[in-house]
Amino acid sequence: MMETLEPLLVEHPFLKGLDQKHIQLITGCASNVRFDSGQIIFREGEEADQFYIIRQGKVALQIYTPGRGSIIIDTLTDGEVLGWSWLIPPYQWRFDAVATELTRAIALDGKCLRNKCEADHDLGYELLKRFSSIVESRLESTRIRLLDIYDSNGNG
Amino acid sequence: MTATETDRTAVMNTFSDMMPEFFRIVRTQKNTHDTFTIELEPPSKIFSFEPGQFNMLYHFGEVPISICGDPADRGKLVHTIRAVGTVTRALQKLKKGDAIGIRGPFGTHWPVNESFGSDIMIIAGGIGLPPLRPSIYHILANREKYGKVVLLYGTRTPEDILYRKELELWRSRFDMEVHITVDRASSDWKGNVGVVTTLIPRSHFDPLNTVAMLVGPEIMMRFTVQELQKRGVAAENIYISMERNMKCGVGFCGHCQCGPTFICKDGPVYPYPAIKDVFVKREI
Amino acid sequence: MKTNEQTQPVVIDGKNFDALFRALSKRGYDIIGPTVQEGAIVYDSISDGSALPSGWTDEQEAGKYRLVNKKDKALFGFSSSPQSWKKFIHPPALKLWESKRNGNRITISAGPAAQQKFAFVGVRACDLSAIGVLDKVFVNSPFTDAGYQSRRSDILIIAINCTKSGGTCFCASMNAGPEVSAGYDIVLTEVITKDRHYFLAAGGTKPGVEIIKDIPHAEADVYEIEVAAELVAKTAGEMKRKVDTNNIREILFRNSENNRWNETAKRCLTCANCTMVCPTCFCTTIEDFTDLTGKEASRVRKWDSCFTMDFTYIHGGSIRSSVYSRYRQWLTHKFAAWQDQFETYGCVGCGRCITWCPVGIDITEEIQAIRNTDKDNPSITSTKENR
Repeated sequence: MMETLEPLLVEHPFLKGLDQKHIQLITGCASNVRFDSGQIIFREGEEADQFYIIRQGKVALQIYTPGRGSIIIDTLTDGEVLGWSWLIPPYQWRFDAVATELTRAIALDGKCLRNKCEADHDLGYELLKRFSSIVESRLESTRIRLLDIYDSNGNG
Repeated sequence: MTATETDRTAVMNTFSDMMPEFFRIVRTQKNTHDTFTIELEPPSKIFSFEPGQFNMLYHFGEVPISICGDPADRGKLVHTIRAVGTVTRALQKLKKGDAIGIRGPFGTHWPVNESFGSDIMIIAGGIGLPPLRPSIYHILANREKYGKVVLLYGTRTPEDILYRKELELWRSRFDMEVHITVDRASSDWKGNVGVVTTLIPRSHFDPLNTVAMLVGPEIMMRFTVQELQKRGVAAENIYISMERNMKCGVGFCGHCQCGPTFICKDGPVYPYPAIKDVFVKREI
Repeated sequence: MKTNEQTQPVVIDGKNFDALFRALSKRGYDIIGPTVQEGAIVYDSISDGSALPSGWTDEQEAGKYRLVNKKDKALFGFSSSPQSWKKFIHPPALKLWESKRNGNRITISAGPAAQQKFAFVGVRACDLSAIGVLDKVFVNSPFTDAGYQSRRSDILIIAINCTKSGGTCFCASMNAGPEVSAGYDIVLTEVITKDRHYFLAAGGTKPGVEIIKDIPHAEADVYEIEVAAELVAKTAGEMKRKVDTNNIREILFRNSENNRWNETAKRCLTCANCTMVCPTCFCTTIEDFTDLTGKEASRVRKWDSCFTMDFTYIHGGSIRSSVYSRYRQWLTHKFAAWQDQFETYGCVGCGRCITWCPVGIDITEEIQAIRNTDKDNPSITSTKENR
């Protein structure tokens, strides 16, 4: 199963530029997963053991607020990376993730990768570089939405 | 004068270009909690305009509002308005049969007839969709003249989405790509959540042969221009629509100046290089 | 602007100057000229020479204006007045239209059209240049203010060369004076010596030449012409202020973040005096009026100023809300953006803004300060900082 995933992973922009050794390390932690529409992928507070590269589909990041129900604060789709809490202590999900349609993804064993990164700092650095870039773009998108520019009294 | 400027030599008899003509409302429609659409009948039965132009609407006070109807349908004038101030809130209360004063059309227009053969990216933020709708109508009516056509639309929440039925219609076409996103949503929303620029990587267009038309809050336009340029769209192929305080609409009151340009007559539609220098300056 | 033909100048004796007014009245002109009112020179309706400010001169400096009576015979011995001729061709308040609603029917009618046929007596070169600037603003592309055009078209202009510089004048460096060069029907130069008081006069158009014929005059001799010319030339040299307009457009556009604006913002009260006295400022606002029944409405156009807090109000806030941005807008518009818009400067060097600023901000000093701190100036030896 893992051997057939390598060609997929190698093509993915997230893993581009990694050397063969590292790709193999990562592939060793990878598996194919599928979520049905409405299926909960992970819940806030659960242990963050994995992250996902979405191949096809849509995932909503939600947060539950009493009285308002769950609010979707981000959606991710084809090609996007879901989850970085596995990298940062206390390794706990901060939000809920729900598949809003049939979604296929590659799941990567975060716990396993964490150990591999501790052993091989080069691998650790490469992954952190890539994750920083993802976090940066999500943060930018969040900050702009914080301005509420579409509000009628907003600075539009 | 660039190719997109409306060629208009109107003589402003201080009394005629500043005098509204009264149009009767034939239909009103509520779009969202604060946005509504009115359809007006021109007293002379015909009202022509180019996509991107605006009118000054008079109802005991005057406001500039983009024209958002079909330019091929000259028998009616359509405006989608957000109720944010005294005049727009008063307009919101009007009904079929009431009259509104109209002056216009004013301003420059989208380069719809200068973009044949190109892919078209139409990117709207919030109340920016109405000023782009005439372009969409025109492009779809002449569909074979263009390459790929993509509409990206971002707004606050699913409840703020304008023209839902039309969006669904356009999305169901095989020759048009439509992506919508909101800043946040309740959990029953099945669409995208995130800023409108996140839709750009998912769109299919050739950056080297694309004309982009953008309307939205300035922050949104600023980030969207950057994202498009990052992907290789040339600055001169990006068009934005600017907005400023207007009192006359004909370049004499001075209020709409943004640096050396008068938004009412040199704009509101600009190719990005023409407005870039002032666009990046603060409090200009 | 009228194009002028060169005609032979004549000499009108001071005691015959009144004949000018008779010649103008005969032709049905509403004569506007300088008068003394409330301690200042005010352009107003006058019927004869006795209303002119005989013997009056002014002392002007930044934030200061005083009239002083020299008790000589000079009729035009003063410099710029608080108001310019702008208020006659671009009225401070103008009713644009009125409308009435009768049931379902709405009728709308234009406001009053320009009625008067003006003759302006004593238009200085700076003010004449300013009228030319307003012509470019309102007779434009793609729109023309026809109301302005009709008010402007029949005005007879009797211009006067300056023979002394005002305290705040700098028209010479703006190429807008002190010598009147174009756009006049008659141009005068007042000469007062120990023994004589005369006006050198030249017609610039047919109507101007015809009016001069109605005034007792003599051919001007070479000496009389020379004396007048020397007075005007010396006036240019007397000016205490100047603006270096070399490259001013580029310099102002690239110095939008210059620290000088911060300094000036600490002083500027945004009182808008400068825009009110400026002969070229043209911004207006629209006020719509309705009566309580909603049956009658009207629209009035009024002078406005870019210094006001809500001039740029949109979407719950003003684009230019800081004093910094508003002062910068005014100065940059006058000397840089105006060139893009109308192919001329927006400033004629009349000095009014300097005189009438309550805190004495001097536009010529501001421009020089920006020039001095222009980081992109190759002649300023300083290391190029990262912006």
